[in-house]
Amino acid sequence: MEVAAASYVADDVDSCLKATELRLGLPGTEETPAAALPTPPSTPRGKKRDGNNTGAEEAAKTAPPAAKAQVVGWPPVRSYRKSCFQQSSSAAKSKPAAPEEKAPAPAPAPAAAAAGGNALFVKVSMDGAPYLRKVDLKMYKGYRELREALEAMFLCFSGGADAPAVNPSDFAVTYEDKDGDLMLVGDVPFDMFISTCKRLRIMKGSEARGLGSVKNN
Amino acid sequence: MSTPHSSSTTSAPHRASPPQIPQSLTLAALTASSASPSSSSASGMRDAAEDDSDSPPSQMSEDDPGGGGGGGDRWEPDLRGGNGGGGRWAPPDQVLENVLESVLEFLTAARDRNAASLVCRSWYRAEAQTRRELFIGNCYAVSPRRAAERFGGLRSVVLKGKPRFADFSLVPYGWGAYVSPWVAALGPAYPRLERICLKRMTVSDDDLALVAKSFPFFRELSLVCCDGFSTVGLAVVAERCRHLRVLDLIEDYVEDEDDELVDWISKFPESNTSLESLVFDCVSVPFNFDALEALVARSPALRRLRVNHHVSVEQLRRLMARAPQLTHFGTGAFRSEAAPGGGLSVTELATSFAASRSIICLSGFRDVNPEYLPAIYPVCAKLTSLNFSFASLTAEELKPVIRNCINLRTFWVLDTVGDEGLRAVADTCSDLRELRVFPLDASEDSEGSVSDVGLLAISEGCRKLESILYFCQRMTNAAVIAMSKNCPDLVVFRLCIMGRHRPDWITRDPMDDGFGAIVMNCKKLTRLSVSGLLTDKAFAYIGKYGKLIKTLSVAFAGNSDMSLQYIFEGCTKLQKLEVRDSPFSDKGLLSGLNYFYNMRFLWMNSCRLTMRGCKDVAQQMQNLVVEVIKDHSDDEGEAEIVDKLYLYRSLAGPRNDAPPFVTLL
Repeated sequence: MEVAAASYVADDVDSCLKATELRLGLPGTEETPAAALPTPPSTPRGKKRDGNNTGAEEAAKTAPPAAKAQVVGWPPVRSYRKSCFQQSSSAAKSKPAAPEEKAPAPAPAPAAAAAGGNALFVKVSMDGAPYLRKVDLKMYKGYRELREALEAMFLCFSGGADAPAVNPSDFAVTYEDKDGDLMLVGDVPFDMFISTCKRLRIMKGSEARGLGSVKNN
Repeated sequence: MSTPHSSSTTSAPHRASPPQIPQSLTLAALTASSASPSSSSASGMRDAAEDDSDSPPSQMSEDDPGGGGGGGDRWEPDLRGGNGGGGRWAPPDQVLENVLESVLEFLTAARDRNAASLVCRSWYRAEAQTRRELFIGNCYAVSPRRAAERFGGLRSVVLKGKPRFADFSLVPYGWGAYVSPWVAALGPAYPRLERICLKRMTVSDDDLALVAKSFPFFRELSLVCCDGFSTVGLAVVAERCRHLRVLDLIEDYVEDEDDELVDWISKFPESNTSLESLVFDCVSVPFNFDALEALVARSPALRRLRVNHHVSVEQLRRLMARAPQLTHFGTGAFRSEAAPGGGLSVTELATSFAASRSIICLSGFRDVNPEYLPAIYPVCAKLTSLNFSFASLTAEELKPVIRNCINLRTFWVLDTVGDEGLRAVADTCSDLRELRVFPLDASEDSEGSVSDVGLLAISEGCRKLESILYFCQRMTNAAVIAMSKNCPDLVVFRLCIMGRHRPDWITRDPMDDGFGAIVMNCKKLTRLSVSGLLTDKAFAYIGKYGKLIKTLSVAFAGNSDMSLQYIFEGCTKLQKLEVRDSPFSDKGLLSGLNYFYNMRFLWMNSCRLTMRGCKDVAQQMQNLVVEVIKDHSDDEGEAEIVDKLYLYRSLAGPRNDAPPFVTLL
């Protein structure tokens, strides 16, 4: 979050207050209040609220999602079943529109980025988490989207539902490449990364210190 | 309990008189058997509706591992009674034992066998030699060695591992339920073993290889909700189990070794095989289709085939041509791989289905192109089971299909068909016994496409309903009450209102009365899952009327520990209780002390339990294993709070393969 200080120097108090107000977004951008407030989709999958569909999706990209805590394993649908829908959601569907057509089945990333072709699922582990996840690397256009999706996925392990957004310098995202080496995510172009990444690992705490807070590109 | 050892060869004097039946059926032995938790709690026939799996792994009834002696009771056969003598051993009669064994061969139900084994020592021995099928509902309740020592001639073993909540990511990875020690023990003991069924166990490729190596007559392998193996292990089984009849892989998590994808289908014997069932829709990696087609062609006994989603309709046609005798067919993706406009026509596909005169069960439809649905019309009238639960269909797409399915008994579907689709089901399928409605969007805040309206319609049209699983967002007491009256044969009632703590959406009342009516009116109910806003009153009903309930699942419900007390005191047949996120404390837990030996297990997570309460239980109940499971291996947070508790009766004591995040009290 940037403090838009430089461009708001003014005489009256209001402007000064405004100057020190913390907002989302890059300095110099003037955002409408509606978009500035993170409109949290209730789930990372992005529920559509009336009349605010694109707004919700956009906000999801710029803010950590979900004010409401996601509960593990509820509703009680087997992960086998859920994962089957993740796989088929990337294929094009010829569906006559149902009256309440909504976003394709659950996916960890914005489902709008439907990819043709094969999915590229890799395992993601986070130190200390009880189970691993899988992500489809083809669903993301770049490192930022991937990082946000990972944050959303593993938010529940970072100290509780009400914890403030995870401090980025507390963890580093690494991956294992074709040679089996542990590499830091972000060094090579995204396309090259996708082709060499075999699995992801989110390292927490002291192990990550040395790698520094390489964050937000 | 000491294993009775055979003393028949030692001190049996020759008796001139005709052999008498040993009078060891004394009151003591009878009292021991009725006090033993095993025979009173062992259920009758198969636990058919236990889980979401498509076909249950076992056709057999439950066998309690403590069948020979029960939980904490020490059962000593009374050998001194009868025969008019005092203090003398009644010599086992070898002839009688042979007769006994011949008779006991006819006993198949485990409950009957458990009872028979308690009669006296010679019956115990005879039963142990003649039992062919062993069912162990909790792999940690008894050690493999002990089972191998007791039973002499097993042909079939069924093992269940992790608690059911593992399906919902509530049991951390690496918790346990490894099949390795079992395979290691069963191998030498039962070289004639033919059948292994596993549920929720971790099975490695090495385990599969050991199975293939240990059992030259192996016929049936069924893995349900298992994990840990890959196509490497499957290849070994295919190759080495030359008499394989059944390979059923159902909802397993199959490791996909991207680099090492093995063409396991090609490994089956090249001559005609004895395959009757091949189910591999959960093996989600691509496979060699030509090899499959050839395999099907040389498997004249094949009746059940379920392929994964890498199969197009064109390929389906080829399979059906090779196997016109199929009865159960899993159809893969059910779409064409060709560009739109090209590819198989619906008529051509329909011809294939018309030629498959024996099909009674259809599933698959993993990525269905609805235009192809009419192709199945020729078989609809004969269908008894239809699984559309991976097909995102609307009511309009469903109706023309379901209209033809007049003999349907089992129907699984997605909620995308809406209340309207369910009404169409109700209008046609008057013989329906089992219905499952799954949510496309399994999240708490989803819109929810089905509601009380659909449930009511089903209850009015499907009066013979026995089992229902229904996910929704809006429900009313009135609809549930109506179902309780319209469908008195219900054995399984699982209603999941996905939003937490939701009341009756019309009256805003808790859902107590609805579930109360179910337990009151459905007198055959053995399995119940509750949801929605529920107070202690609901559990008072359940305790009062749910006398046959064996499995109860509770989530986000109840006000106080009274709920647990009602359950323990009232549900005398309770075997499995799973609770999550409910305000129950140590007091509630302790109210179950007298009942834990009658149960297979208790699971509680995210309630208000503390270490003290759990330790209390562990100390007072010696034959219970009490596991406290932590989410993180580092102990952050208070050490007193217990997040996950899993306790179960066991003859084996605390297990030695527990990972660091499990504390055995």
